[in-house]
Amino acid sequence: MNMDQALQTFIVESRELLQDMEDGLLRIEGEADQSESVNAIFRAAHTIKGSAGLFGLDDIVAFTHVLESVLDKVRGGKLAVDPDLVALFLLCGDHMATLVNHVERGSEASSADEQLAGSALVEKLARYLEGQPSAAPQQSAVAPPREPTVESSGGGLVDNDNWHISLRFGRDVLRNGMDPLSFFRYLGTLGEIVRITTITDAMPSAAEMDAESCYLGYEINFKSAADKAAIEGVFEFVREDCNIHILPPHSRVDDFVELIRDFPEEDLRLGEILVRCGTLTRNELEMVLEIQSQEDARAEKASGEHQKHLGEIAVEHGMVQQEVVEAALEKQKQVKDTKAKQQQLVRVDAEKLDQLINLIGELVIAGAGVNILAQRSGQPALLESVSTLGRLVEEVRDSALNLRMVQIGETFNRFQRVVRDVSKDLGKDIALIISGAETELDKTVVEKIGDPLTHLVRNSMDHGIENAELRAQRGKPARGTVRLNAYHESGSIVIEVSDDGGGLNRERILAKAIEKGIVAPNHALSEQEVFRLIFEAGFSTAEQVSNISGRGVGMDVVRRNIEALRGNIEIESQYTVGTTIRIRLPLTLAIIDGFLVGVGRSSFVIPLDMVLECVEMSEQDRQALRERNYVNLRNEVLPFIRLRDLFEASGETPRRENIVVVQYAGQKAGLVVDGLLGEFQTVIKPLGSIFQHLKGIGGSTILGSGEVALILDVPSLVQQVVAHEAQPVSRQRANDLALAQ
Amino acid sequence: MNDTPACQFHVVGEMTIYTAAETKARLMPLLAQCPELEIDLSQVSELDSAGLQLLILAKRECAERNGNLHLVGHSPAVLEVLDMCDMTPFFGDPVVISSPTH
Repeated sequence: MNMDQALQTFIVESRELLQDMEDGLLRIEGEADQSESVNAIFRAAHTIKGSAGLFGLDDIVAFTHVLESVLDKVRGGKLAVDPDLVALFLLCGDHMATLVNHVERGSEASSADEQLAGSALVEKLARYLEGQPSAAPQQSAVAPPREPTVESSGGGLVDNDNWHISLRFGRDVLRNGMDPLSFFRYLGTLGEIVRITTITDAMPSAAEMDAESCYLGYEINFKSAADKAAIEGVFEFVREDCNIHILPPHSRVDDFVELIRDFPEEDLRLGEILVRCGTLTRNELEMVLEIQSQEDARAEKASGEHQKHLGEIAVEHGMVQQEVVEAALEKQKQVKDTKAKQQQLVRVDAEKLDQLINLIGELVIAGAGVNILAQRSGQPALLESVSTLGRLVEEVRDSALNLRMVQIGETFNRFQRVVRDVSKDLGKDIALIISGAETELDKTVVEKIGDPLTHLVRNSMDHGIENAELRAQRGKPARGTVRLNAYHESGSIVIEVSDDGGGLNRERILAKAIEKGIVAPNHALSEQEVFRLIFEAGFSTAEQVSNISGRGVGMDVVRRNIEALRGNIEIESQYTVGTTIRIRLPLTLAIIDGFLVGVGRSSFVIPLDMVLECVEMSEQDRQALRERNYVNLRNEVLPFIRLRDLFEASGETPRRENIVVVQYAGQKAGLVVDGLLGEFQTVIKPLGSIFQHLKGIGGSTILGSGEVALILDVPSLVQQVVAHEAQPVSRQRANDLALAQ
Repeated sequence: MNDTPACQFHVVGEMTIYTAAETKARLMPLLAQCPELEIDLSQVSELDSAGLQLLILAKRECAERNGNLHLVGHSPAVLEVLDMCDMTPFFGDPVVISSPTH
């Protein structure tokens, strides 16, 4: 019943359709058979126009109408798709998006600039409509077959040039947020409503009448050059809630017989209404009623016969040809199929999901509390049911978190447009290759990753990919490639942005860093360390500042954004060959499987998917503790860190210590803890801003006992351990680096 | 009772699905009491199908009781709807003739 909600749906759907349209446009140039994409684009524009009409958004209707007309020409094969046209359509899509944004903000009037842009686009579109096809008309092979229009044939026609539309609205139409009047307003844009008669016969007595139900029916005499599909489209949204009959001009008398029989009103009265509408003349009405009474008599006689399908009757009466009926039935089936597909999806407010996740977080904590109590009681039956409960909670948690998982493909696909636009601006020929689009990650992460990715992609295109001459010199194909790839790796999602461009020039970055005073001269940094410098604020090695990038702002913002998501960035680059930037992000931000460990009197949680194994620290290693910070793990050097030292835990060192071996980004490290307390479902609670700069802690959680446990930030710990252990010299250098900053 | 002057009913603001139930509740007792009812539509900012339905209901109820319903002071919003649905003759009240919207 809520109009706001309906409008919200319109906005969301329009955006999706605009995205479909854009996808289609970007796809179309490379296709041999374009008809499918053309149809998809047309459908998108058409649907937006239709829904916008319902809400009386005249701006959108007017603009889309022109666009639709041009698209119709393309669909009809009268206009060939060329890059100019695609570019124009893309701009039109953008303009429609702007208009939709205005609707969302509740300000229908657009700024003067936008109006100017809109009318400029309309003008350009109109040029295509004036019938001077910019290219030779394409062969009909490309043109999709026109939809079959159901037309009447044979004698006994009604002498009326106009359409007749009969509507009986369902009771819930108003409650569903739709107003019949708005359909008429929209209908008015397709032609002229000659006569309209309101039928109120269905309205019960005042006492029984529900003011929120709809009892109205309408008979409309409508003059229009539109085809039946277009007129039906007007009532698309009430099709299920409404009894609709649309009779084309010059329909057969039989059609009116059927129409009259189909409606609840008395035959004669309805007939009178049709006359009043000017659809039928009085003579014609008499003919209709006579035929009807004859048929009724016949039907009574033959009532034993099986009920005929409507289609059969229609064919029998010479109204339509057999193949047209088949086409119509096929079409109906398709519509049903797509409907069925749509119904498999439910739109849910993201807030409701968040609330659910929060509740499940509380459930997990409460469950842990119950678990502790059960263990203390030591009753086997209770323990058993608690463990069953625990398993169920875990499953519920997983499914709830899954609800928020979305595929990254949609985000990736947006970059088709970015790459197209930017490569045009730069005058470079660049292709985007996407892989791993089906990789799933948390919706909140997806939302926040868009901007950093855009920046990285633009950067790759501007600085990474060389110009054509240089590429030729280096023996590379003229067309540059930017790749987006995503995959899962031990509890993280990895997103790669790579290019086959010039790669990072280690010397130049170093020189620039020294020049800017970021690094003290005469320090030989490792390759990774040098590459990481490009994420420093104010750092740019671009010789020319373009409007795309090179101002040195951005990369540091990218790094900060990624770090805010508890992720990290890694660069792999080979000079003149190409660069890969790898972003690693946690899969979800809400609840994780944790591994609980004890140090002194505190508890810490290690994300379980980063734990490789647990080993006992041998006496030998403990004794060597003072000398070295690594152990020999099956003939492998494993650097470790003692959490007891790191967090300065109080209390006696226990007699036995354990090493938890963790892995992150391909590097292993050991965390030495006092006790292993087992698996624990962990609800991540953020730390206050005071603790933001704390290294090694990622968040907090509440244990079943009500105590707080800190969640270890394994990525930063691993880095710390590895850097610490790798070479004492580099540690010295790191300090210098810190001083130089 | 017979010499009661025409009852007045004012509709202020929108006359739509959002207000329909409440408007109906206010209107019904008047319909039962007053043979002569005048509905002032000059303050109606918006009229939709639900509002229109109510007016039709009121007209019919009045007629059934041998009473009379007059719509007065049609606001532009009301005129537009009556015009579009061709309902002006149904109510039979004098209105300012507006140019056809379609």
